[in-house]
Amino acid sequence: MARRYDSRTTIFSPEGRLYQVEYAMEAISNAGAALGVLAVDGVVLAAEKRITSKLLDTNAVGVRREKMYKLADHIACAVAGITADANILINKCRLAAQQYEFAYQEPIAVEQLVRSLCDNKQGYTQFGGLRPFGVSLLYGGWDEDRGFQLYQSDPSGNYGGWKATAIGANKQAAQNLLKQDYTDDITLDKAIKLVTKILSKTMDSTSLSPEKVELATISRNAAGEVVYRVYEDADLQPLLDAVNEETQKEKDSES
Amino acid sequence: MEYLMGIKGKDFVVVVGDTTAAQQIITIKHDEDKLVPIDSHKLMCLSGEPGDRVQFSEFIMANARLYALRHERSLTTKAVANFTRSELATALRKGPYNTNLLIAGWDENTGPSLYWMDYLATMHSMNVAGTGYGSYFVLSMMDRLWRPDLSEEEAVQLMEKGIEEVKRRLVVAPPSYVIKIVDKAGIRTVKTIRPEAL
Repeated sequence: MARRYDSRTTIFSPEGRLYQVEYAMEAISNAGAALGVLAVDGVVLAAEKRITSKLLDTNAVGVRREKMYKLADHIACAVAGITADANILINKCRLAAQQYEFAYQEPIAVEQLVRSLCDNKQGYTQFGGLRPFGVSLLYGGWDEDRGFQLYQSDPSGNYGGWKATAIGANKQAAQNLLKQDYTDDITLDKAIKLVTKILSKTMDSTSLSPEKVELATISRNAAGEVVYRVYEDADLQPLLDAVNEETQKEKDSES
Repeated sequence: MEYLMGIKGKDFVVVVGDTTAAQQIITIKHDEDKLVPIDSHKLMCLSGEPGDRVQFSEFIMANARLYALRHERSLTTKAVANFTRSELATALRKGPYNTNLLIAGWDENTGPSLYWMDYLATMHSMNVAGTGYGSYFVLSMMDRLWRPDLSEEEAVQLMEKGIEEVKRRLVVAPPSYVIKIVDKAGIRTVKTIRPEAL
C-alpha cells in the first residue's frame, strides 16, 4: 500500500507531506530551465528551449515563443514545466491584470498579480479531485510603488521576490552561479551577459544557439514607459557568440 | 438645499459642504458631516438621498480599507475614484444610489486631485467642482478667481466667499457649513460656519 498517500492531491501523508504537490515540483526540476535576474534598470528573463527540430516551423504560432509570455503592459513571465498548464495560468494572469485595470484604471502591482495567481494555485493543493499545476513561473515587471521586481512561484502556491533566481533543470547549479556572480548594482546589459553565461554552463548542449535560448527584458524607455523586449534570433546571435567564445577560451586555458 | 464645492491648489485640495440634515421641509440637525474620510489622505463628499449617501460611502470606505489591509498599500485617489465610478455605474441599472459626489485626495506620487461625479456615474477630474443649486452661482465666480498657484489661505478665503454668495443669492441656502483641507499632512477641518443661534 505504498501508494496510499500518493494518489490524492489533498491528503497529507503520515509524515505530513503532500506527495502530489512534491511530485509536481519534481516534474519541473526536469523541465527546460528558466533564469531571472533583477538589475537596477530592468529585469532579464532567459529560458532554455527544449523543442528543437529541423522540421519545426519557428514562425508558427505556439512555437515561436515557448516560454516567454507578456502578461500585461508592465509584466512578463518565463515558465518552466508543463507548457499546457502554463497556458491556463497565463490566461488567468492576463485576465486578472485587465480586470484590475478595468476597475481602477491603473496597472496592477506586480506582487498583487503574482499573489492572485498563487491563491489560485494553492486551491489545487487543498480542494479535491484535481491535480496541481505542473509549472513554476518567473515574473518580471515594473510598478510605480516598488520599481523593477522579480518573483518566482511554484505549484504549491508559494511565491517570493528575488534578486536573481532559477527554475527547472539544473536550477541548483544555476542558483549557485548566480549567488557567486550577482551584485546589487548590476546593470541590464551585464545581467543579460550573466544569464546567458550561466545558461551555457547549466544546459546540456555545449554551445548556445538562438534555437535553444529565449531571452526577454523588461525595462523603461526615456518617456518612462515600460518596454518588454523579446530578443529575436538576430539580436540573440551576437550575445550567444560572445558567450560561446568565452567558454571556449576558458576550456582552452584549462587544457 | 445641499451644497458641495471643491478647489484644487498646487499641493492641496479644499472642500466645503453644508452640514444640514433635512427631511422634507424639516431641518433635523445642523452638524451632519457629509465629508467623510476614506483613509488618511482621501475625502469623499456626498450629497443626495441620505440613506444612499451613508450606505454608499461606507461601502467604498470598507473596500478601500480592505484593499489596504490585503496589499499593504493604499489605493491612489485615482484608483478610488475609478472604483467608485464603476460601482456607481454597475448599481445604476440594478439598485441605483442617488448620490452626487466629490472625491478629494493627496498622493505621494501625483499630489492633489479632485474628482467630480454625479449619480449617473459621470466622472471628471477637475480643478474646481461643485454640486447642488449653490454651485451654479459659485462656479462662475471660481472661473474668474481660481488660479493654479492659489495658496491654502487664499483658497479657504475663496471658499468663504462662495458660501457668502450662496447665502446671498440662493433662496434655499443652507445655514451651516464645514471647510476641510486635504494635503501632504492629511485631512483637517479648517472651519465650521454656523449661525450663532445654532
